Order: sequence, then structure tokens, then C-alpha cells
Amino acid sequence: MIRIIGILAGLFFALGVLWSFVTGAFTAATEGFGEETAEHAFHEHPLDLELSSDGPLGTWDVPQLQRGFKVYQEVCSACHGLQYVAFRDLADLEYTEAEIKAIAAQFQVPGIDPDTGESVLRAATPTDYIPSPYPNAVAAAAANNNAIPPDLSLITKARHDGSAYVYSLLVGYSAIPEELKAEFPDFSTPPGLYYNRYFPNLNLAMAPPLTSDGQVTYEGGSPTIAQMSEDVAAFLTWTAEPTMAERKAVGWPVLGFLLFATILAWLAKKQIWSSIKPSRKD
Amino acid sequence: MSFPWAQAYEPKTGLTKFLDERLPLPRFVYNAVGAGYPVPRNLNYMWNFGVLAGFALMLQIVTGIVLAMHYAPNALVAFATTEHIMRDVNWGWMMRYAHANGASFFFVVIYLHIFRGLFYSSYKAPREMIWLLGVVIFLLMMATAFMGYVLPWGQMSFWGAKVITGLFGAIPLVGEPLQIWLLGGFAPDNAALNRFFSLHFLMPFVIAGVVILHIWALHIPGSSNPTGVEIKGESDTVPFHPYYTAKDGFGLGIFLLVLMTFVFFLPNFLGHPDNYIEANPLSTPAHIVPEWYFWPFYAILRAFTQDIFFIPAKLLGVLAMFASILVWFFLPWLDKSPVRSGHYRPLFRKFFWFGLIPTMLVLFYCGGAPAEEPFVMLSQIATAYYFLHFLVILPIISSIEKPQPLPYSITEAVLGSDKKPVLGENASPAV
Repeated sequence: MIRIIGILAGLFFALGVLWSFVTGAFTAATEGFGEETAEHAFHEHPLDLELSSDGPLGTWDVPQLQRGFKVYQEVCSACHGLQYVAFRDLADLEYTEAEIKAIAAQFQVPGIDPDTGESVLRAATPTDYIPSPYPNAVAAAAANNNAIPPDLSLITKARHDGSAYVYSLLVGYSAIPEELKAEFPDFSTPPGLYYNRYFPNLNLAMAPPLTSDGQVTYEGGSPTIAQMSEDVAAFLTWTAEPTMAERKAVGWPVLGFLLFATILAWLAKKQIWSSIKPSRKD
Repeated sequence: MSFPWAQAYEPKTGLTKFLDERLPLPRFVYNAVGAGYPVPRNLNYMWNFGVLAGFALMLQIVTGIVLAMHYAPNALVAFATTEHIMRDVNWGWMMRYAHANGASFFFVVIYLHIFRGLFYSSYKAPREMIWLLGVVIFLLMMATAFMGYVLPWGQMSFWGAKVITGLFGAIPLVGEPLQIWLLGGFAPDNAALNRFFSLHFLMPFVIAGVVILHIWALHIPGSSNPTGVEIKGESDTVPFHPYYTAKDGFGLGIFLLVLMTFVFFLPNFLGHPDNYIEANPLSTPAHIVPEWYFWPFYAILRAFTQDIFFIPAKLLGVLAMFASILVWFFLPWLDKSPVRSGHYRPLFRKFFWFGLIPTMLVLFYCGGAPAEEPFVMLSQIATAYYFLHFLVILPIISSIEKPQPLPYSITEAVLGSDKKPVLGENASPAV
């Protein structure tokens, strides 16, 4: 009885889903799989980016992180905050306590006047988090054509191929390619948006932040746009997970111990089973 | 355990003698997972996953309790406290990565454990109750994992919760009020997050309770084995300790090596980048996908795109998704073949390897892919086969199949003959 009910139920679900299949196949056969879009045809995967933090042995390149922080401070911080990164965390980048105090003091954070109790802006201290330049989301949207600049703390973990994505986006601005115009005459970049082949829908609300070589002054040189982009991508890889280097450093002894213990366990198992003829057939 | 040759527990020290007369806990452990539990001598490594699942459950409970000390289940700060754990709590990143990847590998282990049960038909009499309790544990695990994924309050947390609780809205008449009651609102918010946290904390202990019943039920008939032939005599078994404790110890080492490789070197490989974006009810992710271990069932849910008479497609999808697991409850009665092990069932084996396994892989892949062609059509064919396999093919082959000859006993399967004394003086372990 249970098997007859089972067979009926099985046929119900199987035929039900095959009905969906037949209708879907009919639609596909008569109308195709839908039209090709400009976003699908011209969106590109991020460029390859190699950072010293990549791979199981990768660790931070501190001078690069410092350069990246400089790019962040002089360019990105005009619109983006780092709400999960405190100024004190910059000690990881080998800034001294005095330097961190001086860096923090360049940022304004909301505070309370100790004498009057009124809301004021005060200079940040090392325990503050790197603030967004906007007091709230409404102000951020109003100042940016309704596109709120995201907080960058976790940006490289919050996108596929995070560091490479950030790097590619920064170097990926261009005019609309001629082939795209030829294939999709209706495609356009509305005013206030910028064509970028690494952005999923190709039209990015962020104006090109790095526009000329040497825009940020490095010690002893004027960096290219690609160099600055790579440095800031490295810095944002650090902000997304400052504990990464520690994680990998702990990982190796853990795996080493486990490998040793597993070999011992295997030898113990072999010895214990040696008095019994092992199973030949399963 | 009821085998007459099982080694009997004898308390030796003053303390164990004292305990044995008052609270015989050492005796209990000895009979459950010690030398007092005779186990078939021919178990292969597929029999390691029960112990590993128990270990994974304990790992989740321990890491979870530590995480709960630092996490705040409030929609305003949940995401920030998760980052606080990652950045400021000593070893917090390790606890969180171990918990998140531990959940994934708990499912890896459970899927292999279920796969073992399906291939060797461990669900057949007299082990139906073990199997039924196992399916209950799996359902509880799914609920627990789903609610746990909501807690970091990222974009996938929020939208996953919205989609899954939305399934209840497909129930006729009471669906919508039921959904609002379950969520404590019209969409997932603080009320939902709070109750999910509370239940996520509770459910592992419920699972632990059912696990105890699962093991209790196992100890009545004893473990099955790769031949599917029941234990006939003492020469078919070895004591659980030290033989299988040693084998499980080695398995545990391999399991930890794989898990820790992910925890320390690929901690976000199994996650979704969108969950590092804080939940935003106003911004829908391009593709909402659950965690990888739900992909096969998510594919079944999405496979139904057409209404049938008065039944809307969404309701069909929900029914099919629940039915795809509920059907496992009926397996012991659907598969009537007297032979257990797939090794002696040529027809069953063909459908298992060339039907069910590819189907599960297709469903898995399509569940993680966007709801576009050709993935939808692929998952529809796979869904049809899935139901046909369990509900139509399995009952039919179990009546028409001619099984291959079985060995007389486990001993014969191992040694080629059941005459020689095997567990003589050499039987005691060489330690």
C-alpha cells in the first residue's frame, strides 16, 4: 500500500516538474533564451592582481599598505569611510603612536562639547573609527547623485575577486567602446554616471577618482594610476581582514601538529589491527 | 548490547567499584563505545562518519557558545558585533571561521553518512528507527544552519531569511498570517533576528538529544556492515575499543586536517561575498542563493515554474522541496529487497551510480547557479528523476532484481571461509 501511494506521489511530482520543463522548453524553442544584453556582452572579469598577501604564505607588504593608506587618505576618504577600522589599528602598518595621533587629528568626528553638552565636531583620537565624511546616509546620497558611497572596510571581502575588483575598477574607466555602440545602439551612459567595463552594469556612479599619474605624492617618485590603484587595493585587503597574517601564521603549526597526530593515529591503527586479518572485500 | 560474547565490564579500582554500584557511568561508556560493544570486523572507512558527525556537533556547540559571548542579536549591531569578533576579540576570527566552516563540514560529513546509508541500505529492518531518527537529525540541522546563517545580518542573511520564510506564504489560506507570525513582522527584522538567535542556540541541544536516541537505537541491532549480512558469531566481530576507536582516531585526524585547511587558508571559500555587506531591505542582491549545502533542495524548489490546475507553481515547489526529504522517511518500506548492500544488487547499483549520484550533482550545481536557462531546465529533469528514483524505480527494482549470491557470513567475506578460528589468542590487540 505504501508503495502504491509512493509511486503515485512520485509520478505526481515528476510529471508536475516535467510539465514545467515542457512549457519552458517550448518557450525557449519559440522565443530563444532571451536577448543578449550590453551588460552581459561587455562586462569583463577583473584583471589579475598579485599582492604579497596572496596565497597560503602571503603576508603584508607594510610599505605598500602605507602607500595605499596615503591614497585612501588623500583620495578615497573624500567620499568613503572605514567604519570598522580604528586609527589605533594603523599600528599594524608600523606607524608610531605619535604618528597615529597626528593622523587621527586630521579627521573630524561627531562629539559632545564637554562644557555645553552640544553636539560638535571634534578632532579624532586613536580610539575613534575612521569616519565617513557624511553625517548620515541622506547627506551621502544628496551629495552623490543619490548613489551612497559604500563604506570600504570590507569591500574586498564583499565582492568576488575583491582586491582585483577594486584595482580593476580604478583603472577600468574609458569611453564607451565603438563595438558596443555598433552592437547596442540603445546603450548609453546617463549624465552623472561613468562607463567602466569591470562594473556589472557598466555604468558606475563613482567619478574616476584617480585621473593623473602623480596625483598622490609618494616619497621619491610620482606613481602611475595603476601603481596607486594597486596600493589602495592592497590597503583595502588589509582593512577587510587585519588578522589575515596572524591567521596564516597560526595555520601552519596547526596543520603541522595535526599531520603529526594523524600519522601517529594511522600507525596506532595499523598496529592494533595487525593481529587481525584485514578485510579484503567490502 | 545483546551479543552474548560481548566483553563484560569489570570495575577494577576502588573509585570505579564505588561508582559502579551508585552511578554506573563507566560501565555505560564501556558498553556503548568501549570494548563491550562488538562491531562487525569488516567496516570500511564509510563507517567513520557517524563518529565524525558527533565530533562536528560538539565543535559547533563549543565554538558557538564562545561566539554567543561576544555577539549581540540586535539588527542595529549584529553585523558590527560580528566584525568586532573578527577584529577585536582575541582569537575571535578563529572561532568564527571554525564555526562557519565547521557547519559546512558538518554537512559534508552528514551527506557522506547518508550516502553510506543509501548505498548499503542501512535503513532496512531491523534498523528503521535509526534511519528515521537520522532523518529527523538532518531536518533539525537544516533548520539550525539556516537560522545561524541569518545571525551575521549580512545581505544574504537577510534575503535568504526573506525567501525561506516566504515559502510559508505559499501555504493556502493561512500562509500569509503564518509567515508574519513566524517572523514577528512583515519582513525579517529585529524580532526575527532575536528569535532565530534564541532557537539557533537551543536547537543543537535538541539535536544532541536526538543523537542520543539515534545511538541508543543503533545499539539494539548493532552496526550494519558492507556485506549487509547480519552478525552470526563471535568471529564476525571485534570490540569497538580499541579497533574502531583507533580507526576513528585516524579518520578524525584526516577530518581535522581538511577542516583546518579551510579555517586557516580558505575561510571564505564556501561563503558568499554579499554576506560581508550589511543587511539592507532596500537593496536586493542580483542572485539570492543559500549556503552550498542547501543547493540541491533549492534547485528542486525553483524547478516548478508552471501551475498545475489550481495549485500554484510556488506551492508545488515548496511541497516538492519538503517532499524531497520526507520521502527518505519511507525508504525502509519502499525498498523491499531482502539484500542490503549495493555490492550484491547489480540493478540497484546501476541506478545508484548512474542515476541518483549524477542527479544530486546536477541539482547541486543548478541550485547555486542563477535562475536562468539552461540551469532551470536541467534542474527540472533532475528533479523528475529524483522523485522517480526514490518513489518509482527503487520499489520496482527491489521486486524484479535478482541479487548476486551473498557470503554466508562476515567472516567468510573477509577470510574466504568461516571455518578457521580467527579470534584466538592473537585477537587481543598488539599494544
